[in-house]
Amino acid sequence: MLIRPKAGILDPQGQAVERALPALGFEGVANVHVGRLIELDVEDASQVPQMCERLLANPLIEEYEVVELEDAA
Amino acid sequence: MSLAAAPHRELGLTDAEYDGICERMGREPNALELAVFSLMWSEHCAYKHSKKLLRLLPTEGSHILMGPGENAGVVDVGDGLAAAFKVESHNHPSAVEPFQGAATGVGGILRDIFAVGARPIAVLDSLRFGELDSARSRYLFDWAVKGIGHYGNSIGVPTVGGEVYFEQPYEQNCLVNAMCVGLAPRERLIRSAAAGVGNQLVLLGARTGRDGIGGASVLASAELSEGDDRKRPTVQIGDPFEESKLVECCLELLERDLLASLQDLGAAGLSSSSSEMASKGEAGLDIDVSRVPLREADMEPFEIMISESQERMLCVVEPARLRDALGLCEHWDVRATVIGEVTATRHLRVFDGDELVGDIPVAALVDDVPLYDLEPEEPDGPIYPDPPARIGEGASAEECLLALLASPSIASKRFVVEQYDSIVGSRTVRRPQTADAAVLALEPDAGSGALAVSIDGNGRRVACDPYTGAVEAVLECARNLACVGAEPLGLTNCLNFGNPEKPHIAWQLTRAVEGLRDACLALGVPVVGGNVSLYNEGADGPIYPTPVVGMVGKLPEPSALPLAGFAEAGHAIALVGVFEPALEGSELEKLRGRLADGLPPLDLAAHADALVRVRAAVRGGELPTAHDISEGGLACALAECCIAGEIGARISLEPGEAALFGEGPGGVVVAGPRAAMEALDGAIVIGEVGGDSLDVEGVLSVPVSELRAAYEDAIPSALAA
Amino acid sequence: MKFGVVRFPGSCDEVDALMACRRFADADLLWHGDRDLSGVDAVVVPGGFSYGDYLRVGAIARFSPLMESVIEFARAGGPVLGICNGFQVLCEAGLLPGALLPNDSLRFVCRQVEVIVENPGTPFTRGCEAGDTLSIPVKHTTGCYYAPPGALPDEQVVLRYAPGHNPNGSMDDVAGVCNVGGNVMGLMPHPEHAVDPLTGSADGGRLFESLAMVPA
Repeated sequence: MLIRPKAGILDPQGQAVERALPALGFEGVANVHVGRLIELDVEDASQVPQMCERLLANPLIEEYEVVELEDAA
Repeated sequence: MSLAAAPHRELGLTDAEYDGICERMGREPNALELAVFSLMWSEHCAYKHSKKLLRLLPTEGSHILMGPGENAGVVDVGDGLAAAFKVESHNHPSAVEPFQGAATGVGGILRDIFAVGARPIAVLDSLRFGELDSARSRYLFDWAVKGIGHYGNSIGVPTVGGEVYFEQPYEQNCLVNAMCVGLAPRERLIRSAAAGVGNQLVLLGARTGRDGIGGASVLASAELSEGDDRKRPTVQIGDPFEESKLVECCLELLERDLLASLQDLGAAGLSSSSSEMASKGEAGLDIDVSRVPLREADMEPFEIMISESQERMLCVVEPARLRDALGLCEHWDVRATVIGEVTATRHLRVFDGDELVGDIPVAALVDDVPLYDLEPEEPDGPIYPDPPARIGEGASAEECLLALLASPSIASKRFVVEQYDSIVGSRTVRRPQTADAAVLALEPDAGSGALAVSIDGNGRRVACDPYTGAVEAVLECARNLACVGAEPLGLTNCLNFGNPEKPHIAWQLTRAVEGLRDACLALGVPVVGGNVSLYNEGADGPIYPTPVVGMVGKLPEPSALPLAGFAEAGHAIALVGVFEPALEGSELEKLRGRLADGLPPLDLAAHADALVRVRAAVRGGELPTAHDISEGGLACALAECCIAGEIGARISLEPGEAALFGEGPGGVVVAGPRAAMEALDGAIVIGEVGGDSLDVEGVLSVPVSELRAAYEDAIPSALAA
Repeated sequence: MKFGVVRFPGSCDEVDALMACRRFADADLLWHGDRDLSGVDAVVVPGGFSYGDYLRVGAIARFSPLMESVIEFARAGGPVLGICNGFQVLCEAGLLPGALLPNDSLRFVCRQVEVIVENPGTPFTRGCEAGDTLSIPVKHTTGCYYAPPGALPDEQVVLRYAPGHNPNGSMDDVAGVCNVGGNVMGLMPHPEHAVDPLTGSADGGRLFESLAMVPA
């Protein structure tokens, strides 16, 4: 799951990174946001959205995206 | 496993040392045994080049409950209470990864304190980096401070003091020295000797991974060395949350009298902790590495023995108390595993299940380690380049003062101290930068007085004159304590030096230790423990020789203590103590691009006497202001008092630059009601608090707002670069 | 009158809060794993790094057995005070509107600040008057208060940072808020560290004193 600050929420970490990149010579960078990555193996993938709503993300200030990886070997 | 050609050299052992190992073992060591020896015989663990010299230091005193050799030094502070304290370095890891290096430095020193049964109540840190013009130094400084804050704040121990300096010779080799103070009822103190044949050896805390294995990875099996990078040894990562559980668990185990002994795991992990416990107990230990909880599945026995994974402790428990001990650990959610037992063999025997994989006489690892004599030789020329000049010879007194206040070594450290929780625990009577020493109430209602703590080191002045510079470091620390009315009870020290095999470094180290010894004897303050960090040098040369001194003292009454700032218009300002300022080795000379060769000699007896008088004056309770004179001389001390008090001063002095900007130990600025100042024994009144500028008659006049701007903006501006 | 001070693994200031409460009434620690509130009259959720602040500040703590009982207690009208990490836990639990974001400086900040009492009508501020200034320290990395538009009516703002004293970029200088019922309050400053002139100001004591005035 990728968890990002909700659009419009103050994201000081994203802003700090956005200021730091040009200082290192990387131009043309905008809209930087810093979030979290959570990886897990799960038997029943339909439970994942509830996990996000109840614990893994705070819906007031964050949005989440579920990405299915390949089956574990 | 057969040995490849001379792996001992790759592990840092000399041929002679390897022969010494074979002699003590009666055979060649196997790979696991060699790995253990390579760490236990390293400079860091064995103090090969410093142990003989350290025997010069005075370690006796009527207040001492535990001296050097235990996990921390402990002194009696009255009312059935004991204070444990120690300082340790984490220099090399911090230069590699400053956040985790500094954080795990704090974690490590905390463990040394609760390993003797004391609850940590304060952390202080002494930091040295290159000049802030360098991006690398800005990076190391920024992240080391974050790391210290991260660990101390998360675990709920206040960081109440410290120092930060910026000098060119620390560019490649930064210094991060962390000090901790803890409190214990005397009955809860515990030693680390493993004793009682049949007693169980229990490992507490985090799982064991590959942290800090470093150079010993050359011993890994062929499969590992060709393998993928994730198996490579990693930087030590600290987990303050795990350690907070460990503190509570260990202290309760001790309160319930469930432990026979306790030791923390630090450098060289299980091998050093177990061999030191066995040595002190004159016993042996059998350890089964297959029982150690692991973070990674396929670790080899030698890796398990030398891993430096953090947040682990080792304890010895009598079989009859084992069930209760393990049950308590479960309540605190602390992993506890029996991994071995105490034996009468006087050997450290390592098993992997039933298979014996290592067998070493304990004495060979701890007591019978080769010690070397230093071969000191006074250098015939300068070792260090002159510092870069930043002000011209023609600069006015005002320009000099503002340049000094704006130099990062002197400037306000608000940027640093605001990143530390200095108040958790409700004991902090004096927060960082408000007085010359931190003050911590002993009981919540201040019934039994307070402790004062300070950490002070010196590099550049010790480079100018190793003996006198080291004496000055001790006097400075004692003077900071005196400014809050505290009498020193004991001293801990960290000696940060270059390569001791070089004669000029050996000379610096020898002269500095002699200085420490003489100062401690003159003040009657014993050394209760400490740490040595050597080989701090690189292609650009060695660091300045840097002894760092930490002192703990006691004061009877923490209310109405002075602040390091002027309090009220109309107060008289006076100088007390021994004030013989000289420009050699001063910050002003540094700004002019000059390093001195030698410092003026000191009359130690006169200084010791003056400290007693300053302390008595503070305890008399009529001193709203007390601030010692150090970097930048009297002018900076006065400016700092004006800035803190948000008020000016009118001063009248003997003419001459030395009076204004000269440095040297012993001087203290005090202020208070005129009658009290004039009555102070040995005080010389030099002026009066008032107005909104610092006026030194005929010399300079600077508005306090300008002083403040220079002082407060220096470090934030340097980092914004 | 008895206070209950919650202790999570990783709490730092629970003993400080306990000592502060004991200046004004009886107080005991409540262990996170228990469900029993032991008949306390008010609950204090203290500062620290509960559960290591892992995942999100306060996110795991709010699911502990004790917090389930605290949530019931609050819904029944019992007074609950959340300090710093405690404030974060109460927001995660949905007992207070809004959330706490990282400080705008992205650094930990420990500083004495002044806050102004905006709402003296809560059980926590009944001993104060509107406009009173209290000097209390803050110490946190994640104290920037945010609430979506409309989520925080004015009367639910209990404390605001005085001009120039906002240490973290909080929206509208909000330092402390309460719920609709006024029985649950959260604040980022640490009143338990402002109860003794020896170690700072004693202004924070007024919050505990106000709470202690609640009939047992």
